[in-house]
Amino acid sequence: MGFVRRLEQLFHYIGSISFFIKNTFWWLFTKKRDFKSLIREITFIGIGSFPLVSLIAFFIGMIIAFQTAYQLQQLASEIQLASLVALSLVRELGPVIGALIVAARIGASITAGIGSMKISEQVDALEALGVDPVDYLVVPKFIALIICMPILIIYADFLGIVGGYIIGSTKFAIPAGLYFRMTLDALKFKDILSGLAKSVCFGSVIAFISCYEGFRPFSSTDVSIAVTQSVVKSFMLIIITDCILTALFYFTWI
Amino acid sequence: MIKIRNIHRTFGQKHVLKGVTLTVNKGENYLLIGRSGAGKTVLLKNILGLIRPDSGTIAIDGTDITQLPKKKLEKVRLQFGLVFQDSALFDFLTIDENVGFFFYQHTKLKKSIIRKKVTETLALVGLEGIEKMYPYELSGGMRKRVAIARAVIYNPKIIIYDEPTTGIDPIAVDKIVTLIEDLHQRLAITSVVVTHDLEVGLKLADRLAFLLGGRIIFEGDKKDLETTKDERLIQFLKGTSGGPIREMEV
Repeated sequence: MGFVRRLEQLFHYIGSISFFIKNTFWWLFTKKRDFKSLIREITFIGIGSFPLVSLIAFFIGMIIAFQTAYQLQQLASEIQLASLVALSLVRELGPVIGALIVAARIGASITAGIGSMKISEQVDALEALGVDPVDYLVVPKFIALIICMPILIIYADFLGIVGGYIIGSTKFAIPAGLYFRMTLDALKFKDILSGLAKSVCFGSVIAFISCYEGFRPFSSTDVSIAVTQSVVKSFMLIIITDCILTALFYFTWI
Repeated sequence: MIKIRNIHRTFGQKHVLKGVTLTVNKGENYLLIGRSGAGKTVLLKNILGLIRPDSGTIAIDGTDITQLPKKKLEKVRLQFGLVFQDSALFDFLTIDENVGFFFYQHTKLKKSIIRKKVTETLALVGLEGIEKMYPYELSGGMRKRVAIARAVIYNPKIIIYDEPTTGIDPIAVDKIVTLIEDLHQRLAITSVVVTHDLEVGLKLADRLAFLLGGRIIFEGDKKDLETTKDERLIQFLKGTSGGPIREMEV
């Protein structure tokens, strides 16, 4: 495929997803939400993600502790372990790893769900019954993701810090009181806020990409392609968004 | 009631509708027949405004819907009840929520009132006590009947059946046909039945159109079929593979 054709497709994609985002916000601010559908999405997205996020965050915390301990030992500053684990998790790794987990687990499932509704004419049925599919399918997922992501990220940060403490206490005999005091001393409000801001942005990225890709399939084979595209594009955009936000926070706040 | 004039619709390189013209009168049972892949479902989705035609006009009670903005089109759409080919029931909702979907979404009626309407409509299609079940717990024939209940519950002016008997066993087919006839009599509703199953179609129809290769090549009363000289229609009615209709034409 020629370069010009690819460029044309890229602009077409950007144009149509922008229109899709505009539609989502229009419905978000113009219609009262059904509480039941929101609870259903929050349960699926938030509560369903806790086990996997717990496992990965806990081990990431331990891995960071091992890696930093190796460096800190050479400087005889093992006591700084707590602050390094906390800062790397809260500012960067917690939101990014959490978002990647949610994109892979929830984003893929959202795309597959909407995709199978599209090919089984359920999306057409919504329209035939006078209900806009963006309003009914996308907005509740978007709201659920931007509510659940910060909560999941705070939880992931906490479990990662606990994972770091396990290494700090077993390898360097750092007492629990000292470890957690150093953690709290190292963290500033803006660190927590930047992590939360990132998690809301990542939640939006996952919602828009996974829902938009879900509406693209025309056949069952298209659904599997859409799921792959959804995960790949979400991963790429999460990393790009993270880079932009990190730069933004660096130049404006720090 | 529905006047379609010279509509064209293309998907990529494929020209699916090539100037379709037909008229459905108020209160009649109209049959649209044609081979699988002839463009019948695309034509239906054009009538409902789910797909916009490239050119031509579709007038519903005198209003051309091809130029209507989305909001107005949604209102026109609610004059229709649509029964989809594969029922298209919402997997994640119970039968009560599926059948009462229109009222749950568009009205502020109390749940108890909606549930009563759902129970009454399910009884109308011969189903009882399935309100709390999910679509995957039902047989194909039952799902079709639930889909019919969902389409008629809000008293639409026109009901469209897209391949209402595809994929179900012969006994269930007979039940669905009887049900459609019964609803037409009882609700005095305009019905458009789209099917490639001639036996079923002819049982139901007052008037019919034959769609072939994206064009209507016959439109008239059921009795006109007996005197037709169109060899393509005769071949379709006889169901023979040899004749003027070749694979490349559809």
